[in-house]
Amino acid sequence: MRTIFGRLLKLNLIYWQWMSLSVLLGAATIGSSLGLMSTSAYIIAMAALQPSIADLQLAIVGVRFFGISRGVFRYLERLLSHQTTFRLLARIRIRFYEGLEPLAPAHLLDFQSGDILARIISDIETLQQFFLRVLAPPLIAAIISILAGLFIARYHLPLAWLLISGLFLAGVLIPGLIRSLSRGMGQRLIQTRAKLQATLTETLQGAADLLALNADHAQLKRVNEINRTFLLLQRQTGRFQALGDALSGWVIHLTIAAVLIIALPIVSNGGLSGVDLTVITLAIIASFEAVLPLSEAFQNLETTLAAGRRLFEVIDAEPTVKDPLKPLPRPETFELQSEALSFQYEETGPLAIADLSFHLPEGGCLAIVGPSGAGKSSLVNLLLRFWDPSGGRILLGGQDLRDYSASDLRSWMAVLSQNTQIFNGTIKENLLLARPEASEEQLIEAARRAQVHDFIMNLPETYETWVGEGGVLLSGGERQRLALARVLLKDTPILILDEPSANLDPLTEQAFFDSLCEIIEQRTTLLISHRLVAMDLADQILVLHHGRLIEQGDHISLLKAGGFYRRMWDLQMQAEVVERIPNLNFNRNSCFKLS
Amino acid sequence: MTIEITPREPSSSPTTLSFRSPMNLDQRLLKLAYNLPLPLFLSVLLGFLAGICLVLQAYTLSKIIYIVFLLHGSLQDVYPLLGGFLGIALLRATFTWTSDVTAQHLASHIKADLRHRLLDHILSLGPSFIRQERTGEMVSILFEAVEALDAYFSQYLPKLALAALIPTSFLFFIFPLDLTTAVVLAFTAPLIPFFMILIGSATSTLTQRQWRVLSRLSAQFLDTLQGLTTLKIFGRSREQVKFIAEMSETFRQSTMNILRVAFLSALVLEMVATISTAIVAVEIGLRLLYGRMSFDHALFALLLAPEFYLPLRSLGARFHMGAAGVTAAKRIFDILETEEPIYKAVQHPMLSKIPRITFHKVHYQYEDRGVAAVQDVSFCLHPGNKLAFVGPSGSGKSTIADLLLGFIRPSQGTVFVDDLPLDSIDPSFWRSFVTFVPQKPYLFDGTILENIRLARPKASPSEVQQAAELAQADPFIRDLPNGYDTQIGERGQRLSGGQVQRIALARAFLKDAPIVILDEATANLDPENEFLIQEAVSQLIKNRSTLLIAHRLGTVIDADQIMVMHEGRMLEAGTHTELMDQKGLYARMMAAYQGSTSQTSLETSGLIGENV
Repeated sequence: MRTIFGRLLKLNLIYWQWMSLSVLLGAATIGSSLGLMSTSAYIIAMAALQPSIADLQLAIVGVRFFGISRGVFRYLERLLSHQTTFRLLARIRIRFYEGLEPLAPAHLLDFQSGDILARIISDIETLQQFFLRVLAPPLIAAIISILAGLFIARYHLPLAWLLISGLFLAGVLIPGLIRSLSRGMGQRLIQTRAKLQATLTETLQGAADLLALNADHAQLKRVNEINRTFLLLQRQTGRFQALGDALSGWVIHLTIAAVLIIALPIVSNGGLSGVDLTVITLAIIASFEAVLPLSEAFQNLETTLAAGRRLFEVIDAEPTVKDPLKPLPRPETFELQSEALSFQYEETGPLAIADLSFHLPEGGCLAIVGPSGAGKSSLVNLLLRFWDPSGGRILLGGQDLRDYSASDLRSWMAVLSQNTQIFNGTIKENLLLARPEASEEQLIEAARRAQVHDFIMNLPETYETWVGEGGVLLSGGERQRLALARVLLKDTPILILDEPSANLDPLTEQAFFDSLCEIIEQRTTLLISHRLVAMDLADQILVLHHGRLIEQGDHISLLKAGGFYRRMWDLQMQAEVVERIPNLNFNRNSCFKLS
Repeated sequence: MTIEITPREPSSSPTTLSFRSPMNLDQRLLKLAYNLPLPLFLSVLLGFLAGICLVLQAYTLSKIIYIVFLLHGSLQDVYPLLGGFLGIALLRATFTWTSDVTAQHLASHIKADLRHRLLDHILSLGPSFIRQERTGEMVSILFEAVEALDAYFSQYLPKLALAALIPTSFLFFIFPLDLTTAVVLAFTAPLIPFFMILIGSATSTLTQRQWRVLSRLSAQFLDTLQGLTTLKIFGRSREQVKFIAEMSETFRQSTMNILRVAFLSALVLEMVATISTAIVAVEIGLRLLYGRMSFDHALFALLLAPEFYLPLRSLGARFHMGAAGVTAAKRIFDILETEEPIYKAVQHPMLSKIPRITFHKVHYQYEDRGVAAVQDVSFCLHPGNKLAFVGPSGSGKSTIADLLLGFIRPSQGTVFVDDLPLDSIDPSFWRSFVTFVPQKPYLFDGTILENIRLARPKASPSEVQQAAELAQADPFIRDLPNGYDTQIGERGQRLSGGQVQRIALARAFLKDAPIVILDEATANLDPENEFLIQEAVSQLIKNRSTLLIAHRLGTVIDADQIMVMHEGRMLEAGTHTELMDQKGLYARMMAAYQGSTSQTSLETSGLIGENV
């Protein structure tokens, strides 16, 4: 079954034993009510005939049993169903992660914002409802319907059919009809809801612009209109649902009346006793408890299906990059080269890189600069084989990058970027990520070389200090140094520095590049930046603009040439002196190479 | 994420010790409902009538069975009763439905009003307030918190009233018929709310902790997903599966420990209701047996017994809605009760064509910061002049723009417009005199045309195009697939920073206000865009007063006056020549700039020596 429902079901069925037990307990809960009401009815109906008390003893015990068992069953059912649900949740998380992992980061590009990732996570949490509120209620309802039907059939078969029809009408037909009638409304409700949320967000984010443009009242009116539409739709769907609930409630009484109309003549001619009549009536009333939650299950079915659809959409995508059947071994040298490289993210999209050729010898340092959108990050994505080029090729050690396996390739490269994630864990855990088998000495050595060891030693729990979500407990500079230590620990022949000093204040930036000098010496290095910092580290600088190479040379010659690079430099200096002068002596590009 | 999970206690947040009504009755929420007394009253009344219908149904049903069972009546004898039963059932369905609809109506109106008031209030608190909070958090208050009130008003509040009314009224019916049953019910009923509150308060801290655990788990999962690229680069992404499994397992165990207790409340609620029903059944059974009671009364009592507890149980099932409503209310009213810093001035005075602006000893201090953002700033912006503020970020430049736009009011000192204090002028009237080009202009969902037209909603397309031409934006807009009708943010249609800047300038041209506040972009290093923007700006400031918040030196040199800001204070003021003569900070910046690009730096880099 490839439908969303089928796939969700398959995911759920791993725990079918637990689920079955939990459904049985749920049925036992309602069964207890059924038992309680029918035995109670039996007691008073029998008592009315004034038999000896001994005839009632068993029923009295029964009533007491059912009175207690219902609560106990419910308790056990809740515990078990939640246990199962949490196990399922874990299962769904893992399944999703396993599906997502091969796709990263190409297919995650659209999810980069935390909001969308957060939505995925809430979708996963929605899916835990699938068993609890979608699958279990109809199963319980079915069991109770059959049980109650069999029970009534013992008295008179047509009455049982009547009951089953009543249960079906109240539990399935009416809610189903209501749902299908209000489906269009529901769709519009979801759309309006999304629109309202988006408009609220933009109103807050653009508040300064709105107020300054005197457009705040117009925007407020716009929000108000969307809000009113949203609430109107909400009321309309609510009205429909309430109608369904009321109708289902009415069906119970309709069923009772119908049962009475059939049963009374039979009682009159002695086919059924008055005791039977009383028991039948109360049992029927009690059995409807099983079908009333079904209207909610219909609603939950829709939300879980929607959540499931979104999740499967994400993980069903084909991985962008495929490994060769026979990947090449580690190359002899780590020189990098590109030939007439071009790349676009989407077939119809603009060229992110156009006809780019460069050569980076082993141990050299190549800088790639240009304004944002010049194609710098795309190049990094190609080097790491997160994507493959649309045209031309990249060579590593003289061989096409596509002939290596992606994971081998990544094991030869270390990346230091502004997006490097520091995970919610201890400093040590974060460092070990780069090399799990690293010894204590190696950790400290790497931290020392990244000039972060002293800082770590001053923390309350040194290397065991918790860094918080995304490393929030660290400053930008500390995070970046920790990331550098991680890169050093990985100790790879190729080093990619992607805007390594973004978010650093000037003083820290200076120190940061000082610590980089030595490290760069020993590796093949690619330095990517939109700001012209530490450019004298590079043997060669490529200036990209709109994906094209427009200038190249070293720092001095590019400055001298007075072209685009020079203008970038002037603009940057104009801005930077303002920021820096009051705070420190102006002193840039002072990276003295140690040799 | 990572290798092993080391569970940490989340920093112990101070639990709210303030008194919380055990029944989740928040005064401020109740006031909202009192403002619409009719729907609330109607909903409760209709719900109550539905309850009464139930009593009548139980009565007719017990009569029917009694007549057939013990009086040996036939179907014909009970037809009228049966008809009555169905009629009442229909009536009850109608009452239930209208009661629900009325309650939804009530909730809907309250939400509409509240959301409008909230957004209006947030906007009048202004951008400086919004910047202090997280946008996501505020959107969640505007949306989710307001939605959480829906269940509070449409379900919790009516059910609360009905939980008190319906069982009480049942007692009135049962008392005259069967005293013993009435006593059993009357004494057991209070046990339900009693245990509900008891267990509710015992588990509420537990539940809170569970929520914290859950949100931590989600956060960790999010952390792993966000870092997937990093993990992949380190070749560590596949083994995270094990970590996710462990994380989930820990969560399951800790949550189940809590739920074991929390579910006790459900157990007690069920128990009280079912055991009492069992007691009633046995007790009336025995009295029937000894002929001390009539069958129809007994059946009536038995039919009513479970229904008696139903409103209480259904309240119990909605208890969390009440709690959620009160929590949401707190978040909402925290904002609504934040006082507006701006006087609601209504004056629309006669101002000169280009009003003169004077800052007189202005101080401003943000509430949450110790140091004043702006201290003792005085200056005068004469009509047609260009006044430039220069200084590092955090020196108070943007605060001056906020003050001038009326987003914030000075803590001390006064801003004058012509000779009137800015406080006395209606803010939106005043803003019609000012154009603000922010550092990072915001583009709204919609077309380019609509975005430019925000500045003047009545502008014709050709006027918009003219403004775009002046802003050097027309060529690139025409190159877009749908020109001016291109939707912002459509797939692949992301605009560069420089293009957004030019759209903001087009807005400024269209607004055509006599005073321009220009906050220069810092992150835009694209020389091509920079040139076009400077072209447009020099057009824009012609014949206008300009307050330039400068981030680079090139744009300040020709200003009529340059103010050098540092740590909230004005260090130096004067024209370029005057400031160069002063040899202060400004002169040092200039020297450094020239040094960085001209001979000195090239010399130190070895260029000159190499070439000459």
